[in-house]
Amino acid sequence: MALIEVEDLSRTFVVRRRTGRVRRTATEVRAVDHLSFEVERGEMVGYIGPNGAGKSTTVKMLTGILVPTSGRLSVAGVDPSRNRVDLTRRIGVVFGQRTTLWWDLPLRDSFELLRRIYRIDGTRFRQNLAEFCELLDLGDLLDTPVRQLSLGQRMRGDIAAALLHDPEILYLDEPTIGLDVVSKSRLRAFLREVNAARDVTLLLTTHDLQDIEQLCSRVMVIDHGSLVYDGSLAGLHTQGGSTRTLVVDLVDPLPDEGRIRVEGASVHKVEGPRQWLSFPTDASAAPLVAAVAASYDVADLSILEPAIEDVIAELYSRR
Amino acid sequence: MLYVAVAVRAFRRYATYTAATLAGIFTNSVFGVIISYTYIAVWTHNPSAGGYDVSDAVTYAWLGQAMIMTVAVWGGGATDDLAARIRTGDVALDLYRPVGLLGWWLATDLGRAAYHLLTRGLAPTLVGAVLFDLRYPDGPVTWLLFAVSTVLAVVVSFGIRMLVTASAFWLLDDTGVKQLQIVVAMFFSGLVVPLVLFPGWTRDLAMALPWAAFLQVPADIWLGRRAGDEAWWGLIFQAAWAAALLGVCQVVLQRARRKVVVQGG
Repeated sequence: MALIEVEDLSRTFVVRRRTGRVRRTATEVRAVDHLSFEVERGEMVGYIGPNGAGKSTTVKMLTGILVPTSGRLSVAGVDPSRNRVDLTRRIGVVFGQRTTLWWDLPLRDSFELLRRIYRIDGTRFRQNLAEFCELLDLGDLLDTPVRQLSLGQRMRGDIAAALLHDPEILYLDEPTIGLDVVSKSRLRAFLREVNAARDVTLLLTTHDLQDIEQLCSRVMVIDHGSLVYDGSLAGLHTQGGSTRTLVVDLVDPLPDEGRIRVEGASVHKVEGPRQWLSFPTDASAAPLVAAVAASYDVADLSILEPAIEDVIAELYSRR
Repeated sequence: MLYVAVAVRAFRRYATYTAATLAGIFTNSVFGVIISYTYIAVWTHNPSAGGYDVSDAVTYAWLGQAMIMTVAVWGGGATDDLAARIRTGDVALDLYRPVGLLGWWLATDLGRAAYHLLTRGLAPTLVGAVLFDLRYPDGPVTWLLFAVSTVLAVVVSFGIRMLVTASAFWLLDDTGVKQLQIVVAMFFSGLVVPLVLFPGWTRDLAMALPWAAFLQVPADIWLGRRAGDEAWWGLIFQAAWAAALLGVCQVVLQRARRKVVVQGG
């Protein structure tokens, strides 16, 4: 049985709007619409979609703080909304824009309170704390009040806090938002380590596609409450119908702004001696390069991979 | 023990704002002097008003100053932190933890009250003791009863403040309800005019309301105006209000949680 099982899950909200002086009309908004997926233990899954697509609503249902309107849901073998309190001991949550730490207290005190809240065994707690302090470089920060921490430091503290009770699943909501490049890559390295060494399943919602590229072998794209894609990152390119680009620098520009003519690719831009040729993502570049080199005087060649942002924007706009 | 740890942290948290505490002690002391002279004027005119003599009245003035922050007569304290969490939506994070809201915030508020008792309570009382001839509990039993009564006063006040705060789950902002509670509490706690001075049936009414548990009951125990069985009845009165209010809080918070869980947030 999969760790997370979602079957035909829906959630509607009733939104009341004033339509006259006194009259109010209730409209139903379907935030999540017949959603189905499974996540196996140890997976790192990226969950992406535009604002208002239903990401948070899904995560709220998975953690039991929102009751589904219909459908079946099982997380670690239990129904989240029925067993919310039991489930809290088995999951961890991190929100990039909120903190679970106590603002006025040193980081150490937040960790101590969490030890008591989750009744973490003393030895286990010390082991975990020592390990996280080393991996996240928190040692010197333990006695600093949380309000004095920088965003990157606070985020590291929040992630350690979410993992102290050895959760099986970690939900991360935009964990790298607002962080600088170094902090981001450090955080990602830590998450990879946690996933590999502790077998923690990660479900990550984000708008930063580099998070996905560097962490997740699987990506789910949600829009208007239902999945528009579920699979590998590479597959997303095919699904999105994206193209790769071969950039050719000719020795001399072709006369009369002429374009390179070759099988399996078409020129979409010309600038002096440089020409841009698009070809399908699933086609090999080798024969194309050979064909171009055989017919033209080529000074230089390079291949541009499609930006994942463009692929996803394409997916969103299709609906 | 989780709740003790929570209370200790709340105590420490308030202890980080030393300048605010010192300013507060100064303010309480100034008001203590002003109210003392007002009461002296009243009791010179009518030496047994409300069954108090002039030292009772002056002592009551200083106990009032000591209780303002300890009991949080004006509102504030841990429940304000919760109100902020409701406004920002951070309260949703609390639902990811295996602890209930009520016990958590009560422990926080008791930790806060302990800090305020030792600073904003004790220091102005010492100032009052130097400047005026105050009356003190007449033995260890009375001290003990007063201590218990003070804890119960905090719990009753917490119950009322928690209900005010919980209204934010429906109203999103509790400012209006809070201001209403401040006006009512100021009047019915006896902070401005001791409840013993209220005429006729208004006195009986005020004495039966939960705000009487804030200051009037502990002060009467301190002054020995409630001695023996009377003192015990005072504690029972406070404990009954405390239990009733916490019970209502529990039900209201349960509904608030269901509202968040069922309707989304």
